[in-house]
Amino acid sequence: MTLRRKALLAVAALAVTGVALAGCSSGNPFDEPSQEAGGSASIVVGSAAFPESEIIMQIYAQALEAEGVKVQTKPNIGQRDVYLAALKDGSIDLIPEYSGNLLQFFDKKATESSSEDVYAALQKAAKLHGYEVLDQAKAQDKDSYNVTKKFSQEHGVKSLADLAALGIPLKVGANPEFAERPYGIPGLKDVYGIDATLVPISDSSGPLTVKALAEGTVDLADIYTTTPAIKENDFVTLEDPKNLIIAQNVVPLITKSKVTDTVKRVLNKVSSLLTTEDLIDMNAKSSGAQKLSASAIAKDWLKSHELLK
Amino acid sequence: MNFLIEAFAWIGDPAHWSGDDGILTRSGQHVGFTLLTLALACAVALPVGLTIGHTGRGRGLGVAAAGALRALPTLGLLLLFALGMPLGPLPAVVALVVLALPPVLAGAYAGLESVDRATVDAARGVGMTGWQVLWRVEIPIALPLILGGVRSAALQVIATWTVAAILPVGGLGRYIFDALPLQQYDKMLAGSILVIALALLTDAIFALVQRLVVPKGVVAGVTAPVT
Repeated sequence: MTLRRKALLAVAALAVTGVALAGCSSGNPFDEPSQEAGGSASIVVGSAAFPESEIIMQIYAQALEAEGVKVQTKPNIGQRDVYLAALKDGSIDLIPEYSGNLLQFFDKKATESSSEDVYAALQKAAKLHGYEVLDQAKAQDKDSYNVTKKFSQEHGVKSLADLAALGIPLKVGANPEFAERPYGIPGLKDVYGIDATLVPISDSSGPLTVKALAEGTVDLADIYTTTPAIKENDFVTLEDPKNLIIAQNVVPLITKSKVTDTVKRVLNKVSSLLTTEDLIDMNAKSSGAQKLSASAIAKDWLKSHELLK
Repeated sequence: MNFLIEAFAWIGDPAHWSGDDGILTRSGQHVGFTLLTLALACAVALPVGLTIGHTGRGRGLGVAAAGALRALPTLGLLLLFALGMPLGPLPAVVALVVLALPPVLAGAYAGLESVDRATVDAARGVGMTGWQVLWRVEIPIALPLILGGVRSAALQVIATWTVAAILPVGGLGRYIFDALPLQQYDKMLAGSILVIALALLTDAIFALVQRLVVPKGVVAGVTAPVT
């Protein structure tokens, strides 16, 4: 009797532990895929821990799925060092990346800065690490100098090169590190000959930086190119003919062994269609009043480009 | 330990003392902003606190208000004000005044309440008016406690003006916010050390003043600062 009760208890305890363990593990992004992968035709797509990355991940995943590739997704895997470790250990096979930052992660001394140069260098660097980068998209998410529409029209300014000719001291709203970064105040001075002083605003081109530019507290503001606020406020993003700011094209980073003709064709098609404008629109849907899910936003985009029925 | 040495070396470098971003300028800004914040907080909280303490009316409201204000996160408040006001020192001053109100308010009413009722009754007995009781009896006796409230507020304001540097404003917080993204930890730690030094110095000055203002014959008023 006692023995049987003990056995029962033991079984019950085991069951409870099992359930508890299962509960714990289901939230871990580094889990083994729950559906068994069917050979190399199955791909695990990951994303960094910010909405834009997750949206692009969904685009990749749904586009591949539509072509019969078995796909799993692992969104929200921290920052670059974390998700690249996941790529290395095989927890994920594919992730949307940004060319400039990825290149500098692989090679800290890289000096390339234009889209083409960065991409060429990145292809080599990725190969060294056992990965491949497929075609890069036109879409870029990078720092950019913006002015108000009024300022642009009054002074006839469309590019950073035009600013130097104005010969007036300019105030730049950006994170404090812009005081020393090569693409910050020193770059404006050395590369373009612009007399600029920094107004430090520590919100990473967030609402305060946008407000500072809109209200004229600053003349120039550093805002990421895919921020919906640029459109909403009619800001003019200044061209950068001398490539002061390193290119950050969206590019699929994939484990070499997972590259098949289908995967290549699908992802290259996606990249050929994805623009910075698209990213702005999609970010607005994600963060604005609508608060749509990444998968719904991705589906809309794919449908509008007839990659999904 | 190395970081500490480097931070003190940073402070010791004469090149870091002069100029727009020098220690003298930044400390001056820090002290100036602190004094402005304290003055505004006192202008609001002292009259209210003294009224509550003197009349005994509105005490429940005063205590509740002080408690509620204390619960507000200063950084959140700062960003909220920054979105609604011109960027610069103004939103920071307002947010920091909110931070400084509770201790000043509490010091004022607690100070007056600590005055022995018998003393107040005696003052009335000799024919003093309400104002005279307040100015000649209650405030002098309660002064150490009232100052204790201001002292506590001053320390909080000095410490918290650092976060105002998230906005484009001066002060010692600039060293911390400017150095962090560049991983200049010596400068960052130097900023922290300077803030600590300023706070200790201020506290010492207040301790001295608090001791000096105790009226002769009053021992009961000598107390720790109200927190």
